[in-house]
Amino acid sequence: MTFLEYAPAPESTAILNLKPEYGLFIGNEFVAAEGESFSTISPATEKEIARVANASAADVDRAVAAARKAYDKTWSKLSGRDRGKYLFRIARLVQERARELAVAESLDNGKPIKESRDVDVPLVAAWFFYYAGWADKLDYAGLGGNPRSLGVAAQVIPWNFPLLMLAWKIAPALAAGNTVVLKPAETTPLTALLFAEIVQQADLPAGVVNIITGAGETGRALVNHPDVDKVAFTGSTEVGRQIARSTAGSGKKVTLELGGKAANIVFDDAPIDQAVEGIVNGIFFNQGHVCCAGSRLLVQENIHDDVVERLKNRLSTLRLGDPLDKNTDIGAINSAEQLQRIRELSDIGEAEGAERWTAECAIPENGFWFAPTIFDNVSTSSRIAREEIFGPVLSVLTFRTPAEAIAKANNTPYGLSAGIWSDKGSRILAVADKLRAGVIWANTFNRFDPASPFGGYKESGYGREGGRHGLAAYLKGAK
Amino acid sequence: MTIERAVSPAQRAIQVLGDDLTETTLKRYLEGIPGIDAVGLEQRAAGLGTRSIKTTSKAWALDRIIELIDLTTLEGADTPGKVRSLVAKALLPDPSDLSTPRVAAVCVYGDMVPYAVEALGAAHSAGTDEGVNVAAVATAFPSGRASLAVKLADTADAVAAGADEIDMVIDRGAFLSGRFGQVFDEIVAVKEACRRADGSYAHLKVILETGELNTYDNVRRASWLAILAGGDFIKTSTGKVAPAATLPVTLSMLEVVRDWHRLTGEKIGVKPAGGIRSSKDAIKYVVTVAETVGEEWLQPHLFRFGASSLLNDVLLQRQKMKSGHYSGADYVTID
Amino acid sequence: MTHIAVPKTYKLFIGGAFPRSESGRTYEVATPKGVFLANAAKASRKDARDAVVAARGAVSGWAGATAYNRGQVLYRVAEVLEGRRAQFEDEIVRQEGVSASAARAQVDEAIDRWVWYAGWTDKFTQVVGNANPVAGPYFNLTVPEPTGVVAIVAPQDSSLLGLVSAVAPALVSGNAVVVVASETFPLSSITLAEVLATSDLPKGVVNVLTGSPAEIAPWLASHADVNALDLVGAGALDWIDLEIAAADTLKRVYPPENGPDAAAPALSRITAFTETKTVWHTKALI
Repeated sequence: MTFLEYAPAPESTAILNLKPEYGLFIGNEFVAAEGESFSTISPATEKEIARVANASAADVDRAVAAARKAYDKTWSKLSGRDRGKYLFRIARLVQERARELAVAESLDNGKPIKESRDVDVPLVAAWFFYYAGWADKLDYAGLGGNPRSLGVAAQVIPWNFPLLMLAWKIAPALAAGNTVVLKPAETTPLTALLFAEIVQQADLPAGVVNIITGAGETGRALVNHPDVDKVAFTGSTEVGRQIARSTAGSGKKVTLELGGKAANIVFDDAPIDQAVEGIVNGIFFNQGHVCCAGSRLLVQENIHDDVVERLKNRLSTLRLGDPLDKNTDIGAINSAEQLQRIRELSDIGEAEGAERWTAECAIPENGFWFAPTIFDNVSTSSRIAREEIFGPVLSVLTFRTPAEAIAKANNTPYGLSAGIWSDKGSRILAVADKLRAGVIWANTFNRFDPASPFGGYKESGYGREGGRHGLAAYLKGAK
Repeated sequence: MTIERAVSPAQRAIQVLGDDLTETTLKRYLEGIPGIDAVGLEQRAAGLGTRSIKTTSKAWALDRIIELIDLTTLEGADTPGKVRSLVAKALLPDPSDLSTPRVAAVCVYGDMVPYAVEALGAAHSAGTDEGVNVAAVATAFPSGRASLAVKLADTADAVAAGADEIDMVIDRGAFLSGRFGQVFDEIVAVKEACRRADGSYAHLKVILETGELNTYDNVRRASWLAILAGGDFIKTSTGKVAPAATLPVTLSMLEVVRDWHRLTGEKIGVKPAGGIRSSKDAIKYVVTVAETVGEEWLQPHLFRFGASSLLNDVLLQRQKMKSGHYSGADYVTID
Repeated sequence: MTHIAVPKTYKLFIGGAFPRSESGRTYEVATPKGVFLANAAKASRKDARDAVVAARGAVSGWAGATAYNRGQVLYRVAEVLEGRRAQFEDEIVRQEGVSASAARAQVDEAIDRWVWYAGWTDKFTQVVGNANPVAGPYFNLTVPEPTGVVAIVAPQDSSLLGLVSAVAPALVSGNAVVVVASETFPLSSITLAEVLATSDLPKGVVNVLTGSPAEIAPWLASHADVNALDLVGAGALDWIDLEIAAADTLKRVYPPENGPDAAAPALSRITAFTETKTVWHTKALI
C-alpha cells in the first residue's frame, strides 16, 4: 500500500440517534401523514436510513393552517428582538449539534464529510446567526421604516445542500416575521427532520416552522396553496418556470433560485495554481451538484494545454469514495436518476465530438458514483456547454481575447455565477462589469457567506438570498 | 549589470533561458512566472492540512518523518559536547526502541563540522547513500551579511571539514532591491565552493529566508532563481527569523519544484525549516509533498525537515502507537 | 389671410427613426367628443420585434455610459421637454379634453418627474448597493445593474405623465425600453419621441409603439430577448396571461397599477428593473 492510499478514516455514525420513521413536523410536533411513507436511502450504499412521510394535499392544508395560525396569533405580534433571540438559539443549537448534522447530511446526501463538516453546517449556523441580528433592525433593511412581513412562506428546497438551503430559506423568513412551511427534497429529508428537533429544543412557538416531506406533488400543493403569501424555491429552471406560471396573478411574492451554467474564465496571466484549484473547486465541489458550479471552463487559448495538463494531474489526486471518510474529496451522486442524467449528457458530449477524459479511480460496487470527467475541445453549440449537467463534469472551451471571453460567458440563458482568474485588477473589474451573472468570483470560486447576496440573472431566477438583499424577499414596505 | 557567462553549475539557467544569460533576461524570466494568489494558496494548504492520517498510514508517516529530519543545533552556545550529544540522538533517537530509524542528517555551524564528523564515525555517510549526513550552515548564516570572499571561504571550510551538505543563505537585501543577478552569481559561486578535491560537490541547500522575502510571489521567484543557479535543495528559513516555515510557503516551493520537474525532468529537494514542532504539523507537510509533487519526493535526498524539537514529539507519537497509551516527556531523551 | 395648418403624421419610434408600421396600418385618434385628430400608426408584432432588436442593440452603450453621463442625457431630455411644453399642453387638451390648466399641470409634473429620475442615475447604486462584510479575506461588493430590455405597457388613462412615469425610471439604471403607448392618447408618446430624438439619448434606448396593447403586449411578453415586463398599464388586459407568457424565460414582471397614483415616483420603480450583482475578490498583503 502506498502512503497516498491513506488508511480509512471514517467519521463515526454513532453520534446519530435516528428514528426508524419520521412524520410531518406541524405545529412543533411530529404527526402522521395521510399517505404512504417512503424511504430515504444513503446514495453511497443504497441502504435505507429511515422512512419518511409523504404529505398529501390535506397534510399541506394542515401545515399551512398551522403556519397561518402561528403567524396571526404569535409570531407577527412578537417583537423583532424576541424573534431574534429565537434565531440566536437556533444558531447555537446548530453549532452544538454540528457534528451530528454533518454526519446525517453526508449519510443522506452522499457529500463528503469534510464538506458537510467544514462548509455546509458552519454556514447553516452562520446564516441563522446573521439573520438573528436583523430581526430587530428591519427599519434599516432598505425598505423604509416599519417594513411588514408577508405572512406564510412556502419554501421548497433542493437536495444538493439540504440543510444549508433550509437555513437560507428559514433564517431570513423568520427574522422578517413570517412563518414557514418548508418542504425538503424527496431524496434528502433527513437533516430537515433533525432541524425540526432543534426547533423543538429552541422552544419556538408552535407552527412558526413546519416541515413537510414528500415529492414534487407535495411541493406543487404547497406553492399553489391559496393561503400562502410568499413562495421561495430553489431548484431546476423547469420547475421554477412552472411556479412562475402557476403563481402568476396570485399576488404571491416569488423568489426563484434556479439553474446555471457558469463560465470560469482563466486569463493567461492568472495565478495558475490557484486557478487550477479554483477550477477543481468550481466544478467538483459537492460532486458538481451546485447550481453555481463553474461547469464551463473558458481558458485563454495560449495556456489551454498547460491548464488542462495541470488540471488532469490535479484531478488524479482526488479521492472518490465513502462520503463519511474524512479524506474523501468526491462523494456519491445523490440519486440513481441524477446519475442517469449525468451519464446521458456525458454520452451526448462524447457523441458530439468532445474529447472525454476521466480520472482513474476505483468505483465502489454499490451506490451511485461518477468519476471526475473533463470534456476538452467543446464547442459553444454543444449540449454539454449549454445544459446544466449538475454533476462532476467540466466542459473546456477556449477564447482569444477578453471580449470573446465575455461574449462566450454570457452566451447562455442562465446567469447565476461566473469566475474570473487574472492578476490584472483593472481587467478583472471590467470583465466583472460585463458578465451577466449575479455572483462573480474573482480569483476564487464557490464562496458563500450569509452577508453576501446570492442569486441569478435571466433564467437563473430572481430575488436574492443572503445579506440585506435577502431580507427584501420576505418584506414589503410600509404604506 | 551583465552577469558572467554561467559557469558549469549554472548549466540549468542556460538550458532554460538560452545563451544570452544576463540579469535582464533573468529578471524578465522570473517576472514572467505566473503570480500567486495568497488566499487561494493558503486555502489549498489548509485543505491539505485537513487530511486525516490514521493507523498504518500514520505509522509509516512517523517513521518517514524521522528519516527526513535534519536534526539541528544552531546556537551561539554550541560546543563540541552539545554536537556530540546531538549526533548520539541522531543515531539512536529512541533508546527504548531500536527499530526507530535514524535521521537524515545533523545540521550545525561550520566550525562544529569536525566534531559532528568525528562523533558520527563510521555512521557518517561521507558521500555514500548509507548513514547520516553532516550539513553545515554557511555564507555568514543567518544574515548573510558578509563579503562574497568570506561567504566562499566559510563554505569551502565546511566542505573541507567533511560537510556533505551546505545550507547557504541568499542575499535577501539584493533580492528585495531587484539585484537578481547578484543573488544568482552568489549561488553559482557558492555552488562552486562546494566542490571537493575529487571533483564531486557537497549538496547545496539554498535558504530563501521566506519570512524576509515576505510575499509568495517573491518566494516563488527566489525558488526559481535558486534552482536556475544550481541549488540542489530550496529551503524556507534559517529558523532565526519569524515566520519560519509555513505550510503555504512550503506548498508554493513544492509547486516550483513540480513545475521544474515538468519542464526538465530534474528533481529538486525542498526543506521547510523552523517552527515545525509537532507530529501533527509534520504529517501535514508529508501529505502536502505527496499530493503536490508525489510520494517519490518523500525521501531524504528530496525532502527534509529542518527541526530540533520535532523529533521528540514524533517519538512520543510513535510510542503511543506501539503501546496504545500516551507517553510522557520523560520517556524520550533531550538530544 | 388664414394659415392652413400642416398636420403632423404620427409614426412609430424605433431605433431612433420614425417609421410607419411595417403593416401599413393606422387607426384614428379623436378627441373625447369624437373630433378627428390624427391617424396614428398601428404597430404590428413585426414592429414589436424590430423595436426589441433596436433596444437590445442599445443596451450595452447606454448601460455602459457613466451614471453621470446618463444623468446629463436624461436632464437634457427634461430641458427639451420644457421647450416644447406648448405642444404637449395642446395635445393633452385635445386628446384628453381637459382644461388648459390641467394640461399645464400634467406637463409640469411630467417635466419635474423626469428631472427627479435624472438625478437618480448616479445615486441609486449607492443607496441599494453595499459592501458585504464576509467572514474571510475577500473584498465583496453588491451593486445593482440594469436588467436589459424592458417592455412597458404604459398607463392607458394618461397621455404624457403616465408614459414618463413608466419610461423614465427604467432608463435610470441603463435599460433600453420598448413602450406600448396609451391606445387612446398616443399622440404625446410620439411627440415625446421627437423630444428624445432631439436630445442626446442614443438611438434605440427608447422605442415607442402605438396601437393596440392587447395585440402587441403578448408578443413582447413571450419575446425571449425581453428581460423584464412592466405591466403598469396592462390592468385592463388579460395581464395574468402576459405574466404566464413571461414565465417562459423567467422575465421580471412588474404588476399593473391602477388609479391616479399609478406609477408614482419611487425608487422601487428603478430597482424593479435592475439585477443585483455581487463580486468577490480575494484580498491579501503577501
